[in-house]
Amino acid sequence: MEYEIKPKNKLTLGIGELWQYRELFYFFTWRDIKVKYKQTVLGFAWAVIQPLAMTLLLSVSLGKIITSAGELTIPYPLFAMSGLIIWNIFSSGLSNAGNSMVSNANIIKKIYFPRLIIPISSVLVSFFDFIMAFFIFIGMLFYYHTSVVIGQFLLFLPLSILITCVATFGLGSLLAALNIKYRDFRYIIPFMIQALLFITPVIYPVSILGNATLRFIFALNPMYAPIELFRHAIIQKPLDSNLISISLFSSLFFFIVGLFYFRKTESYFADLA
Amino acid sequence: MKPILEIKNVSKRFRIRHEKQSYLSLRDSLTSLFKSDTASTEEFYALNDVSFDVFPGDSIGIIGKNGAGKSTLLKILSKITPPSSGKIISRGRIASLLEVGTGFHSELSGRENIYLNGSILGMKRKEIDSKFDEIVDFSGVENFLDTPLKHYSSGMQLRLAFAVAAFLEPEILVIDEVLAVGDAEFQKKCMGKMGEVSKSGRTILFVSHNMGSISHLCPTSILLNGGKVEMNDTSDRIINHYLSSKHNSEENNKFIPDTNTKKEFYFSEIYTANKERQITTHFGFHENINLHVNVCRQKEVNDVLLSIALLDKFGNRVFTILKSLDELEKDGMLSKGILRIPENLIAPNIYSFHFAICKADGTVYDIHEEQCRITVIDTGSEFALFEGRDYGSVIVNCKWN
Repeated sequence: MEYEIKPKNKLTLGIGELWQYRELFYFFTWRDIKVKYKQTVLGFAWAVIQPLAMTLLLSVSLGKIITSAGELTIPYPLFAMSGLIIWNIFSSGLSNAGNSMVSNANIIKKIYFPRLIIPISSVLVSFFDFIMAFFIFIGMLFYYHTSVVIGQFLLFLPLSILITCVATFGLGSLLAALNIKYRDFRYIIPFMIQALLFITPVIYPVSILGNATLRFIFALNPMYAPIELFRHAIIQKPLDSNLISISLFSSLFFFIVGLFYFRKTESYFADLA
Repeated sequence: MKPILEIKNVSKRFRIRHEKQSYLSLRDSLTSLFKSDTASTEEFYALNDVSFDVFPGDSIGIIGKNGAGKSTLLKILSKITPPSSGKIISRGRIASLLEVGTGFHSELSGRENIYLNGSILGMKRKEIDSKFDEIVDFSGVENFLDTPLKHYSSGMQLRLAFAVAAFLEPEILVIDEVLAVGDAEFQKKCMGKMGEVSKSGRTILFVSHNMGSISHLCPTSILLNGGKVEMNDTSDRIINHYLSSKHNSEENNKFIPDTNTKKEFYFSEIYTANKERQITTHFGFHENINLHVNVCRQKEVNDVLLSIALLDKFGNRVFTILKSLDELEKDGMLSKGILRIPENLIAPNIYSFHFAICKADGTVYDIHEEQCRITVIDTGSEFALFEGRDYGSVIVNCKWN
């Protein structure tokens, strides 16, 4: 085995190296999941309590108003919960990934491994929370006697999750790389996530908005597509393919920009951390 | 035989910004877009055109002052930061130990941390599984394996951390001064383990301030100075060169006499020097310490004694030497003498001297406490592994029967 250490000038994805270090994905994810619920009484239950409580709050406060608009084909709690559990992958994944390089600075400065492992693991941790909450969601489907077309469910569910992870990882790695250079992003990230929630069809359906231009702007949000697709897995309602494609392009855009910016700057992380 | 590591003209350049802020912030980046002058930046070479080869099985020490570029070199070798120019060709797996316990998490148990740390250091899970018992054994924390790390004492954390690192099996091991901590017994265990590693044919690059452990572990060394390789030679020669160059003249400890004194006898000059008669304050354990003493007489009095004592860093006397002033070489009003303290005697540590000119009846002409501070550096005494421990102020070579 012979290799060279030299100034970096070629931009590659480094997939081979990621594969070589594949066990680290497991260990970082495992560490973060373990640490997240250490010394808590309720433990993993928190992964479920958060979206459930939020759904309850939303149903009590906004449920009636939104239902009265007549755009929903499923009970509001189911609508809110379906949006929230996907949204939570994005919001917690983004905030963890965005801060991941800074919070792991002590490791970055002392040892080498492909840096991409860290933001990817952060997204995987959020995905784990999703799985916990998903079981409750299945329970809710039975509770509300929702009729689900199995084929549609099995097609759109993984698709939606995949897009969510791609979008979260892309934006997350972009923010992680920016955050290590400009610590301003520590303050920008939480604010950005909060703001994005309002322009994502989590709490209310986009169809409630009469304005077509406004809908178009909403679709620029990378999370528009996965949430709509996830709902499509349980509701038989036509999708607006234009808006979905715009959102998909947006996800892809952030994925590519994030990945390349991260790869381009990662060799200097140790100097900046 | 091909070298396992070829370091070719490696440089690392940093830009220092001469501005008040140390953080880059978005605002500064944005405003600098509109500013024509890009502030005053200065280039600084942490490493400047460093080249050397390492052959399989070599143990090489890297010596240098703070800021000489040792850590930067290790960071480049460990791929943590890229060189600005030049390249390194490596023909083996490098594992670096710039810190023990990298990635340890205080909320996780000892067992969990062994796996986490091991895998961050580049061990495969199977590898850790198979060495787990040995690691636990080496660390001596078996009773606390399932206790969160935050309840460990710092010594226990360190032992656990080193135990994991000790079972790394790369072809090339890069170690920063990780041994400078921990209790003496454990340090000895670690040095033993590292000795084993180097004997097993693996290549070691070892950075340390502890000359004793470098000379124990590494037959050859590289001396870095200001980012450049100053010398690449056997460790003994490098250590001698380093000690003599580092502590020459400028920072001498010359005693400054009180010249307009009306004392009948007074010390006019006292300094310490090595055997080449160069004034120095730092002595290797294997060197003798020469104390040059000049006494000025204003009057002829018989039976005047010179008393010189070596004091340890707490001011306790290690020993006292008495000498009749009449026996010193006379040069006009001056009496000159050189006190030679034998090599291999004074334990590595910091010392000072106490001088007095007196008579047996109790008359004191001149007296000075804690003058001429000197440092004895371990250049490979049998106590090298116990640096920082109190094993007395003299190392006496007694015979056993």
